[in-house]
Amino acid sequence: MALEVQGLTKTYKNGKHALQGVDLSVPEGSFFALLGPNGAGKSTLINILADTVIPTSGSAQFLGKSLFENRIWCKRRLGVVPQEVAFDPFFAPMDILKINSGMFGVKPDLKWINELLERLELAEHAHKNARQLSGGMRRRLLVAQALVHKPKVVILDEPTAGVDVELRKRLWNFMRELNANGTTILLTTHYLEEAEELCDQVAIIDQGKLLTSQPMKKLLGSVGSSSLVLEYAQMINLSDEQQSKLAPFSPCVHQNAVHLCLKKDSDGNSNFNDVYQTAIACLGEAVSVSIQDEDLEDVFLRLTHNGAIS
Amino acid sequence: MNWYGCWTFFTRETRRFLNVNMQTIVAPALTAVLYLVVFRYAMGDRQVPGLDVDYFSFLIPGLVMMAMLQNAFANTSSSVIVGKIMNVQTMLLMAPLSAVEIIIAFLAAAVARALIVAVVLLAILMPFTGLPIEHLWMILFYGVSGSIIMGGLGIIGGMWAKTFDDMALINNFIIMPLTFLSGVFYSVKQLPEFWQQVNHWNPFFYLIDGFRHGFLGVGDTNPFAAITIVLIAVLLTVIACWRLWDMGWRLKD
Repeated sequence: MALEVQGLTKTYKNGKHALQGVDLSVPEGSFFALLGPNGAGKSTLINILADTVIPTSGSAQFLGKSLFENRIWCKRRLGVVPQEVAFDPFFAPMDILKINSGMFGVKPDLKWINELLERLELAEHAHKNARQLSGGMRRRLLVAQALVHKPKVVILDEPTAGVDVELRKRLWNFMRELNANGTTILLTTHYLEEAEELCDQVAIIDQGKLLTSQPMKKLLGSVGSSSLVLEYAQMINLSDEQQSKLAPFSPCVHQNAVHLCLKKDSDGNSNFNDVYQTAIACLGEAVSVSIQDEDLEDVFLRLTHNGAIS
Repeated sequence: MNWYGCWTFFTRETRRFLNVNMQTIVAPALTAVLYLVVFRYAMGDRQVPGLDVDYFSFLIPGLVMMAMLQNAFANTSSSVIVGKIMNVQTMLLMAPLSAVEIIIAFLAAAVARALIVAVVLLAILMPFTGLPIEHLWMILFYGVSGSIIMGGLGIIGGMWAKTFDDMALINNFIIMPLTFLSGVFYSVKQLPEFWQQVNHWNPFFYLIDGFRHGFLGVGDTNPFAAITIVLIAVLLTVIACWRLWDMGWRLKD
């Protein structure tokens, strides 16, 4: 495991319980998405790993060593892009990267630094003072800073906030390459479709608790079942009787459409017929019928709104 | 030890003040020259009571030391507070540098700035006076020790402060009075008995007096006894910095 967190808690001085016993395992070489609504505790978790926040209790293993007891060893192998944009107002990106590399005990590798500047599209700004950079550039500079010492594990806390679509794509391609070369990447993002596309592992936390952590495919496959959508000509209001008949399929009404949960049994047979027949019997013939696959966003919303699942 | 990292951070801290040398070196030099011009004409060839030296020669070492102390303090305190406010401190906290390495680099850079300011000032002022250098080692010992103490207080002040206003508060209400009232402009022997006693508890008094002693060969106190006091002050400051940084005092939530 690249990272194993056990029973991590954090209570801030103002009494806020940001983390309430989080366990998390990030396999080595994975592209790991850590998701959760605002204020879920993602940044607290990352800042504890980065050593800018002191945990209240719990332990963490980083590449097999105790993180809190071997901080220096671990920091040499960890690169973190913090969420809040920070820049050194005294220097230009080129100098900042050289200094950053040196502080990690690594003689600046100019070839790598130039590659980073190139890939993060900062090459033409390499010698401007950091004050003159735009917000998006400063954020990319942070990414370069986190990578300059060639860490084994990279943590990115919302690295693409405020970065335009095209650039975001190129940034992710770069991250994919790094991951393909063996770097473990843990990221938080608000763009769920990005997480779905990029990541092979996903964990969702909410209110300081881990809701689920599993391979992306498994989460989308098992929890993220598909649903049957029946549309009607008029608005729908389920009566108590209809409600109770449809209850096994967790009905969900959106104006003139009803969403019903489809499930597969252990043999892979869908309950489509059962759901469809019951719905028609209950609500009458529909104007249109379709099947919608739940995507990460639906799973995310369902999990974070309903609280913990098994 | 991550010596390479420590060295890099030291060069970062020195380049930081060299990049803005107008405010960090030229400005303090100008201030000191202004003081001297004003006092030269105000005091004329008057002697310092109790010491057999003219006031002008008495004043130069004091002003140089005061500039060293203030610049050492400014270097570390501004770095820490700017780092905090601009968020760059996270970069330092995430780097594989121990508290010892960080404190060494901070203090070494503070001493470097203080020494550069001192050399510039002396180069400007020495030609206009017959100021002797009696004991170079004393000048260096007190100059470097004073810079370490002030650099250390700058680190602690920077950690304590949450805003630039807090920093100004420390500067105007603690640092300025302490340096001004520690015998830069007068011999402590000119003070009433009570204040002479009070000054014996003031480490800055020993620093300035010892530094001046190095030039003039005379001073208000026994420079050898003062060495012990100054060394203790250096040690206490450095240990306090190291412990507080290690704890992440007011740096980490």
